[in-house]
Amino acid sequence: MTSARSGPIRVLVAKAGLDGHDRGAKVVAQSLRDAGMEVVYTGLRQTPEQIAKAALEEDVDVVGLSLHSGAHMTLFPRVRALLDAAGLAHVLLTGGGIIPDEDRTRLGAMGVGRLFGPGTATRELIEYIRGEVERRRRGE
Amino acid sequence: MSEADAILRGERGALARGLSIVEGGGARAVELLDAISARVGRARRIGVTGPPGVGKSTLVAALVRRFRARGARVGVVAVDPSSPFHGGALLGDRHRMSEEARDEGVFVRSLATRGGLGGLSRAAPDALDLLDAAGFPVLLVETVGVGQTEVEVAATADSVAVVLSPESGDAVQAMKAGLLEIADVVCVNKSDREGAEALAAELESALDAAPPRGWRPPVVLTRALDGAEPLDDALERHAAWLGEEGRLGDRRRRGVRARIERLVARLVADRMLASAPGVLDREADDVCAGRRSVLHGASRAAEAILR
Repeated sequence: MTSARSGPIRVLVAKAGLDGHDRGAKVVAQSLRDAGMEVVYTGLRQTPEQIAKAALEEDVDVVGLSLHSGAHMTLFPRVRALLDAAGLAHVLLTGGGIIPDEDRTRLGAMGVGRLFGPGTATRELIEYIRGEVERRRRGE
Repeated sequence: MSEADAILRGERGALARGLSIVEGGGARAVELLDAISARVGRARRIGVTGPPGVGKSTLVAALVRRFRARGARVGVVAVDPSSPFHGGALLGDRHRMSEEARDEGVFVRSLATRGGLGGLSRAAPDALDLLDAAGFPVLLVETVGVGQTEVEVAATADSVAVVLSPESGDAVQAMKAGLLEIADVVCVNKSDREGAEALAAELESALDAAPPRGWRPPVVLTRALDGAEPLDDALERHAAWLGEEGRLGDRRRRGVRARIERLVARLVADRMLASAPGVLDREADDVCAGRRSVLHGASRAAEAILR
């Protein structure tokens, strides 16, 4: 079942894994807020289970994962699977970090959305989220 | 099966979607809230308010641990401000209760104020009704930390904890803001910081000097990182007091009446304004042209609308 909400886009921004680099996540959270979105910031070292539980309770449109630990091939598919199991297949899972192109392609095939590397203009991320959410809210 | 039935059966996904419906307002919200109304009123509701940075979220997390240790499932509604410029919001309270929020017996929902005043979002009281109907016996609502206008929470919660800290200003600040009038418990957090004891003493004398209202709010000292035991105990005493002589029922009725009054005022004003298009613009033009004062313009507009 898709979200019935038509109000502001809601985004969960989480840091998964054990690294403590949260500056990028904070910058992203701030720019999404400034783009008129409601951003739930959950902070460091979130487990996939915590992320999926928060996404459910907060009824978000998007989960944005920031990770720099190199564990992206484990964490992204795990979060995707937990979201799907919680009935949140409509939720866009996107994120950023240092992720090689071939891994991006493989993750894309597993239902993970676009992943953004260092130096991405936040404009690009905002446009991507807006477009995806609009499409998903229409039920496409 | 309807969304309401799923919520009443305690389905978390349905509850989360229901909370979004309630936030969105309109006919769907009314329909949903009506469908659950017979099951509202069982939960104990505690409000936590106070200026920014005093440790409200950390205290809420500590209270959650206390209630969980006693076996009660807990619903938390945490409100943070929406930007008046672009409507966006950074909802950071969940961040402080990250560990507590892992627990399946805890449901945390962050709400943005979306134009609501008084430290709550317009939908916060309705969100509490929904969590109540979903079967959470304890509900905690944390207001935005704006310092001077959180009085709305008094109409929404059974017990209000006003949290201050040595850095948040002296007792006069809290008195000015009307915070002491809505407090059922006053909590001085960050008790290890310099000035905490002095602030507590100052608050005690301010409360002694206040007009009596049946319940004298106790002042407790906490260090939220160590727990919330003194606050929890004081809230328990307040709950016991409310439980006597029909006080809880009276308080809830007053709160519901205040909620209805505000909603009626808005509904009536919206309808009336819509019935007289252009009146506000005409008066604004006249006031800006120096033909009359704002007060006079407003009373002329009201006359024109009511005619």
